[in-house]
Amino acid sequence: MSVLPKQAVKAPSPPPARPAPPGHYLEVKNLSVHYGETQALFEVSFGTEKNTVLALIGPSGCGKSTLIKAVNRILELTPGARIDGDVLIEDESIFGQKVDLISLRQRVGMVFQRPNPFPKSIYDNVAYGLRIHGVKDRSTVDDVVEWALKHSALWDEVKDRLRTSALELSGGQQQRLCIARALAVQPDVLLMDEPCSALDPIATGKIEELIMSLKQDYTILVVTHNMQQAARVSDHTALMWLGKLIEHNRTEEVFTNPKEKITEDYITGRSG
Amino acid sequence: MSQEPESKPPGEPAAKRDELPSGREGHTPDFSPAEVQRRLRHPVSFFRRTREHLIEGGVFLCGVASILAISLIFIFLFREGLQALRMVDTPLDFVYSMGVQLEYDAGIDDVVAVGEAPQLAWQPVSEEPKLSMIPLMWGSLGVALLASLLSTLAGIGVGIFLSELASPRLRGVVKPMLELLVGIPTVVIGFVMLAIVAQPLRQVAEAIGLSGVYGSTYNMFVGAVGVSIVIIPVIGSLVDDALRAVPDDLRAASLGVGATRWQTTWRVVLPTGVSGVFGAVILGFGRALGETMIVLMCAGNAAQITGNPFDSVRTMTAAIASEMGAAQVGGVHAQTLFLVGAILITITFLLNLTMELVVNRFRRKIRL
Ligand SMILES: Nc1ncnc2c1ncn2[C@@H]1O[C@H](COP(=O)(O)OP(=O)(O)OP(=O)(O)O)[C@@H](O)[C@H]1O
Ligand SMILES: [Mg+2]
Repeated sequence: MSVLPKQAVKAPSPPPARPAPPGHYLEVKNLSVHYGETQALFEVSFGTEKNTVLALIGPSGCGKSTLIKAVNRILELTPGARIDGDVLIEDESIFGQKVDLISLRQRVGMVFQRPNPFPKSIYDNVAYGLRIHGVKDRSTVDDVVEWALKHSALWDEVKDRLRTSALELSGGQQQRLCIARALAVQPDVLLMDEPCSALDPIATGKIEELIMSLKQDYTILVVTHNMQQAARVSDHTALMWLGKLIEHNRTEEVFTNPKEKITEDYITGRSG
Repeated sequence: MSQEPESKPPGEPAAKRDELPSGREGHTPDFSPAEVQRRLRHPVSFFRRTREHLIEGGVFLCGVASILAISLIFIFLFREGLQALRMVDTPLDFVYSMGVQLEYDAGIDDVVAVGEAPQLAWQPVSEEPKLSMIPLMWGSLGVALLASLLSTLAGIGVGIFLSELASPRLRGVVKPMLELLVGIPTVVIGFVMLAIVAQPLRQVAEAIGLSGVYGSTYNMFVGAVGVSIVIIPVIGSLVDDALRAVPDDLRAASLGVGATRWQTTWRVVLPTGVSGVFGAVILGFGRALGETMIVLMCAGNAAQITGNPFDSVRTMTAAIASEMGAAQVGGVHAQTLFLVGAILITITFLLNLTMELVVNRFRRKIRL
């Protein structure tokens, strides 16, 4: 981040007339991804609005994870991954020259498909994001940790053992811990890659409630294999198929009145 | 998942994945499941069972042979070493010996004997052998600690560079080179230090005003630098292995909340791989302790206790290597050298044991 220019002493110039934002809050434009020779995404384009939940559905291997990993540029860590096209958040390209990768990733949080807690205590896992961004004072960190754990429906189970290793948690608890860790840095956009795949129905229900309540503050992209879940939690649903975006519409529309044959077959379980 | 070719857009590279080896294109698999099942579900044949037994037996024998070899070395060293204990009045002779204490008398302008005092001296071939091992242990420990000090940081740096920063291609060049460095005969390194490095090092030391303390051209420090050349690559390579064993998921998680590469390395990767890093350091120390040729050639080979790293020392290994040939077979000197060897192997064994225990404990804790 650049230092603020010392213009405050000058006479205030009129703010540059900003064109009314024409696009969506988060917009993916012609996004193609190659892993080496293999193309995993084919010119995917869609947009999603602030404070909504978009569910990404589609058969295994169709590129859902690839797509959401592109949105916080974690994909770039994969050797051989090549990204073409663009992703805009509030009309600003995330691939732009000025974009600071650190603040982008702080702004666009991610919960991975496999739970990946650090081999640290439960507390330290959640506090990690705060600490690396320089928030050190004890009471703030304590409060944020408690808030994040409550929001990820884990607090009651771990409040008496915050100092024990996160690796002693069950798989589902670990996943909720990862959600807490992502929430703690106060992102605007939350990317969730099958957050419930390792959870029992009760925890799943909690996470679904969580997703619906988080919507007030966040813009959420959630990958799921569970059609009921997509129908329950999302405002919009996008179906992907072999690296392409087949259909993207309001969730009710997608589920009650699909435009494409593939969609209909997929959601009724006839394929995929 | 069904990836029927007809739903695949034509002419796309995705098709490549499904290509079969040439010559099998258009071939439809055709077999009878019942027939395959019949061939799979037969009792284990005599041949297969025998082969299994033979392999198991072979592997077992190899294991037993190596354990046997190590045990024999232990037994041999201790048996010989214990004879030394029988040849002296008390085991304390290996710690100190009484010697004439000299004092300067101004009246006659000469030194005179004023009595006896305990001495820590290794003078095994003097008329009355002085067999204190303390100077040798001092030399060994001094060189090994100094070398570890020099190489631990450098080695960990090399490891971090290889695992976290270097591109795969660069790593593919550097890592084999490191491993090559480990394989250089130590006598060559010793020779290079002796012939090329030691003298300029002295000049540098004198140029920066150390001439007062720079005792000998061949000293503990020069020896430690030579040993570092061997153990930096050892530590670096092992640290690289340890850090690369840290799952990429954890790096992604850390970067995913906005950590920098360095923060990720420092706060996630290193703590997760700490057991391996620790093991690498201990192994490096053990290697430094056992290093013989380099210290023999460069550390001055004078058995003395000195707090000055720029004085000559003789290590336990150098003592064995340089004195065994001249010591009378079966004499107290030779047997004492066996005892030195026995102590050395015990220390190395204990070091390795600690390493195993600590590494395993860490590993269990973080489930790496
Ligand atoms: N690191 C990689 N290297 C090469 N190919 C990859 C890599 N990661 C994914 N792919 C390929 O990209 C395609 C899309 O993978 P992706 O992980 O995005 O699928 P997905 O929709 O998330 O599947 P799932 O529902 O099983 O998680 C797959 O064909 C996969 O084989
Ligand atoms: Mg996936």
